[in-house]
Amino acid sequence: MTEAGSTGGRARVVAGAAGAAALFAAIAAFPLVAGNYPVKLLQEILVWGVFAMSLDLLMGRAGMVSFGHSAFFGVGGYVAALSLAKAPGLASALALPALAAAVAAVVIGFFSIRASGVYFIMLTLAFSQMFYAVTFQAAWLGAEDGLVGVPRPVVPGVDLGRSLAFHLYLVGLVGLAALVLVRVARSPFGHVLRGIFENEARMEALGYPVARYKLIAFAVAGTVAGIAGALYTQLTGSITPDAFLWTTSGEALLMVIIGGIGTLGGAVLGAATFILLQSLVSSYTERWMLILGLTFVLFVLFAPGGIAGALRGRIGLRA
Amino acid sequence: MTLPVDLFAQALNGLSYGILLFLLSVGLTLIFGMLDVVNLAHGSLYMLGAYAGLTVIAITGDFWLALLLAPIAVGLVGLVIERICLRPLYRRGALDQVLLTFGLVYLFEDLVKWIWGGRIRSIAPPAMFSGSVTIWGATVPSYRLFVIAFGIAVAALLWLLIERTRLGAIIRAGVFDAEMASGMGIDTERVFSAVFGFGAALAGLSGVIAGPIQSAQPPMGATILIPALIVVVVGGLGSLKGSFVGSLVIGQAETFGKAWLPGVSMLMIYVVMVAILLLRPQGLFGRPLR
Repeated sequence: MTEAGSTGGRARVVAGAAGAAALFAAIAAFPLVAGNYPVKLLQEILVWGVFAMSLDLLMGRAGMVSFGHSAFFGVGGYVAALSLAKAPGLASALALPALAAAVAAVVIGFFSIRASGVYFIMLTLAFSQMFYAVTFQAAWLGAEDGLVGVPRPVVPGVDLGRSLAFHLYLVGLVGLAALVLVRVARSPFGHVLRGIFENEARMEALGYPVARYKLIAFAVAGTVAGIAGALYTQLTGSITPDAFLWTTSGEALLMVIIGGIGTLGGAVLGAATFILLQSLVSSYTERWMLILGLTFVLFVLFAPGGIAGALRGRIGLRA
Repeated sequence: MTLPVDLFAQALNGLSYGILLFLLSVGLTLIFGMLDVVNLAHGSLYMLGAYAGLTVIAITGDFWLALLLAPIAVGLVGLVIERICLRPLYRRGALDQVLLTFGLVYLFEDLVKWIWGGRIRSIAPPAMFSGSVTIWGATVPSYRLFVIAFGIAVAALLWLLIERTRLGAIIRAGVFDAEMASGMGIDTERVFSAVFGFGAALAGLSGVIAGPIQSAQPPMGATILIPALIVVVVGGLGSLKGSFVGSLVIGQAETFGKAWLPGVSMLMIYVVMVAILLLRPQGLFGRPLR
């Protein structure tokens, strides 16, 4: 990642900001030039991109590889579905889901962060599966069919049921989430997380309350994942227990790895690769999962830096 | 059925499911103990075992031959995985290996769909165990009794192998501290391969054993993985005894949950896991964490 204030100086920062703004505008204007299907793919990429970015904050900054990130995606999705059915305002669409995901993340994080490495993986995985088990059997949550027919939120004066308005709402929120995650990653807080990743014992010895930092990182990542889940519900109009399934966490992990761990932007790139590849491959062959699995294995074996890492090596960008 | 008879029947059901979990999780726990790898593809190897068994039965009509050949085939697949995918990653740390095995889950599930088709297939139990017997008023499929006896025999053999042979001593040394074992002149690379292949063969074996009870279908691998992982965590990572006791506990929890608390049965095994981990964070027979 190009850090602000390093060798390139102001010019590079300005160029980066201009590039980001141009990309943002292009994404926002996409429905004006493209048909329904490409727009839907783009929206899916954006939502999954936010989810993958939040996981990358956890993995790439703090070194906490979670296999249970789907718990927060699902909590956000279910809370959005339940509350939008009651009152279709922004509080239902965003605030409540984010709050619920944050609470879930603090609770799960409290029990999980004491473990590290594979133990952390197993604990987070088990917690997310607990949500799956509950939602799969809870009649009031639609059991295995989940909640369907979720209305889109109504912002005063704007009906988000209309597709262009919804697109702009989605793009705006995704941009905001990305901005927040990048700011967090580059903040002093983000650098402490980096330090914990590099050498936890040393950070502890330096007097940093490592456990608290990890818990906050887990909560922030979980909250953003919850928002991604809420947006997913609004995009598709439904949410099912599969959102909690451990393979959902695994797919987000895949996106992070394919894109390039620790780069945030790479996570979106990974989400785009994943979703575009899926739609492309499944239109030619049924063997989508085979190709996905193979791609992933090859990435882990030969390109652990992901697409972002490969690009960086190719065009000589410095980490 | 009266309550005691019902209880007994459920307990036997739970026991046979627990034994099945043991056959699967013992490989998982050995691989973890030795290689530090959480093999997420372990359920896929189990699925592969079930389908390989199907094919052997389709060709020869002999369940016992399937029980012999399918594990060998899956063990070979395990050796190939270890050699091609895991070995290059040993120096890069455990996480990359876990991630890689996740990729294998997708690969194998689709491969099985490709080769054998996606529909549910069932394996007929061997003729000798196709009926049912009545014990103390409870009717029990005799195949389940066979599973219980077979599993206990396998457990005893494994115990002898690991506790009483030279190879077992090497494996125990590797599980305890692979680096130290390598320093003492043990060729850990070869032992790693052997343990992974052996664990894979056990997964294949449990796949064949499961066939007549649960029938074969492509998602079976991803589904069984979670209870197997829970057994490993509950029993204590890397512990043979732990995976045996943990399997029986989780088997009973799942079976009684289904019978008595159908509304929340899927949650039961997690509740048991959390309760055990709160009392003993390292699992029932695990070494204390650091």
